[in-house]
Amino acid sequence: MVRKIRYREALREALREEMQRDPRVFVIGEDVGRYGGAYAVTQGLLQEFGPKRIIDAPMSEAIIVGAALGAAVVGGRPVAEIMYIDFATLAMDQIVNQAAKLHCMFGGQLKAPLVIRTQQGTGRGAGPQHSQSLEAWFAHVPGLKVVMPATPYDAKGLLKSAIRDDNPVMFIEHKGLYALEGEVPEEEYTIPLGVADIKRPGNNVTLIAYSNMVHTALAAAQELSQIGISAEVIDLRTLAPLDMDTVITSVTKTRRAVVVHEASVFGGFGAEIAASLQERLFDILAAPVRRLGGLHVPLPAHSQLEKQVVPSVAQIVQVVKEMVSTEVAIRAASA
Amino acid sequence: MEDRETLTNLYHTMLLIRRTEEKILELLLQGKLASSMCHVSIGQEAVATGVCSAMQPHDYLTSTHRGHGHIIARGGDLRRIIAELLGRETGYCKGRGGSMHLVDVSLGHLGSNGIVGGHIGIATGAALWSSLQNDGRVTVAFFGEGAMTEGIFHEAANMAALWRLPIVFVCENNQYAMSLPWTHATAEHSFARKGEAYGMPGIEVDGQDVLAVRQVALQAIERARCGEGPTLIGAQTYRFLGHSRGDPSPYRDKEEETRQRARDPIRIYQEYLFREGVLTQTDVETIEAKVAEVIADAVRFAEESPSATLDSVLEDVFA
Repeated sequence: MVRKIRYREALREALREEMQRDPRVFVIGEDVGRYGGAYAVTQGLLQEFGPKRIIDAPMSEAIIVGAALGAAVVGGRPVAEIMYIDFATLAMDQIVNQAAKLHCMFGGQLKAPLVIRTQQGTGRGAGPQHSQSLEAWFAHVPGLKVVMPATPYDAKGLLKSAIRDDNPVMFIEHKGLYALEGEVPEEEYTIPLGVADIKRPGNNVTLIAYSNMVHTALAAAQELSQIGISAEVIDLRTLAPLDMDTVITSVTKTRRAVVVHEASVFGGFGAEIAASLQERLFDILAAPVRRLGGLHVPLPAHSQLEKQVVPSVAQIVQVVKEMVSTEVAIRAASA
Repeated sequence: MEDRETLTNLYHTMLLIRRTEEKILELLLQGKLASSMCHVSIGQEAVATGVCSAMQPHDYLTSTHRGHGHIIARGGDLRRIIAELLGRETGYCKGRGGSMHLVDVSLGHLGSNGIVGGHIGIATGAALWSSLQNDGRVTVAFFGEGAMTEGIFHEAANMAALWRLPIVFVCENNQYAMSLPWTHATAEHSFARKGEAYGMPGIEVDGQDVLAVRQVALQAIERARCGEGPTLIGAQTYRFLGHSRGDPSPYRDKEEETRQRARDPIRIYQEYLFREGVLTQTDVETIEAKVAEVIADAVRFAEESPSATLDSVLEDVFA
C-alpha cells in the first residue's frame, strides 16, 4: 500500500531530495528558514541544511528573484520562494525582462536554471491582494515554464523536474491544497514538464483543469456520472510547455470540452485552450467549447463572497448539462 | 607610479572605446545597424577603463544599455561586438541583443541590459553565489545614476551590505538620466552618505581621471575580495553626446556642455602621459593606427558575416 502524505510534505520532500542530490540547490525567500515558510513547506530544512542553503532574505521580492537569477547564471540551482503570487508583481522585471529573456537574448551564452516557487488562489478569505490567480501572465511570456500541480504526487514529481530544468520555471502552488493528502511512493520518481494527466477517463465531455480546479472538476465528473454523463478530466499540470496533444485526443473522442480555472475568464488561460480546440476541431465539436472561471472582480476578503467568485461543482455540472441538452435539442430540431 | 605597460594599456583601451563608438555612430548614420537602439558612452571612457583594469580575469561584471565601453575594457572581441550591432549570426548574441545586450561569459561579462537597474539583481546574485561558494571572485555592477532611483538598486544595496557580498557598485554619474539632471532626481547627492545609509562605504571619484578611478576600484575590489563587503563608487563623469541618436540635448546648458567637454578623459590622460614621459607623440600615433586597424578589421568581419536568422531565435527560447 502506497503511503499518503500532504501536498506541502510532498513539496518538502522534493526540495530535500534535490538538495541532498545536488549541492548547488539552495532556497532563498522570505521566512523560509526560521519560520519554515508561510505555508510550512520548508519547515525543518534550515535545521537540516543550514543558513547557507536555506536563506532568509529581507522583504525584497525583486532582489530575491534577481539574486537567485544571478546565482543561477554562474552555477547555482536556486529555488526562490515568493510568498504569494500577488507579490510577484514586485519582481516582474526580474522574472519577465531578465530571467525569461536571458538565454535567448544573449545568444544562448547564459542559462537561468531558476525555480520560483509561489502559491495563489482563493480559499482563505485572504482578500484582493493575496488571492489572485495570475498564471496567464506568466504563460504569456516566452522563455518561462509554468507548472501548476494539483496533487501531492504531481507536486513532488514536478518540483524535482523543475529544479533539474535549465530554464526559469514559475512553480505555482495553490494555497487551498497544502493540507491535501494523496498517495506518494517512497521511491524516487520525477514527472516531466509538459505532460498532461488524465485524472479520470470518460466519453461524453472533457473537463480541462489544473491546480485546485482539478478537484472541483473531479467532483463534478462524479456527480455527472450519477445522471449518466461520462466526463473525462484532464489535469494540464503545466501550462508552458502545454500538452495540447492530450487535450486534442480527448476532445476528439468526447466532442465536448469545458475549461475550468479560478482565474477570471476574461483574458484567462482557458481562452487559449478554447481557441486552439475550435481552430483544430471545429468540424467535430458537438457544442461550443465552454470556459468557466472567476468573475472579473478583485477577490473579496469575505469568505462567503470569495466562494461565489470562483467556479463551483454545481456550475460545471450545469454547463455540461446545457451542452448535452443543446445538442439533443439541435438533433431533435433537425430530425 | 604604475608600470609603463599598464599606463599604456589604459590609454589604448580608452582610445579603442572612443574610436569604436565613433565608428558605431558612423555605421548608424549609414543605416547599417540592425537595431535602432544605440547609446554611446563618449566622454565616459575613463570609468569603464579604470574599473575593468582593476579586475581579475575570473571576476564578473554586469553592464548597462550604455555598455560598449565595459565590454571593450573587459577585453571583449571587437569583431563580435560590431557583428552584433550589424545583426550578424557571428555577433555576441547572434543579432538578438544589439547594442544594449552585449555579453561574453568567457570573460565573466554577464550581460549588458536594456532595463535601467535590471542587471543589478543579476550582479548581486553572482556575488551571492561567490559568497556561498567562497570562490574568491568579485562582481562589479556598472550603472548610471538613473538606476540609483530604481527600486532594485535599493534592494540590492541593502542585501549586499547585509550579507557582505563581494560586489562593487559603480555608479557612472553622467549627470543626466535621459533629460533629467541628477540634481532633480534625488535630494542626497553625497555618495558617502548614500553608501552609509546602506552600511557600506561610498566613495566619490573624478570619473574623467582614469588613474583615480583605477585606484578607487582597486581598493573596493580588494575590500570585497577580503570579505569586507560592498562599496558604492560614484564616478563623476559626463555624457558628451545625447542620450541616444536624435537627442540634441536641448535640456542641457550649452556653456555647461562646453565646460564639461573640455574635461575629455582621453585628452587629460594623454597630457599626463606626455608630462610624465610615458608616451611620446609618435607612440600615440602608433596606438591610434593600431586602434584604427582593429576597428577596420572588426567592421570587415561583421560585414562579411551572414545575417542572423529567425530559425536560430526559435531554437533558443529555451535552454
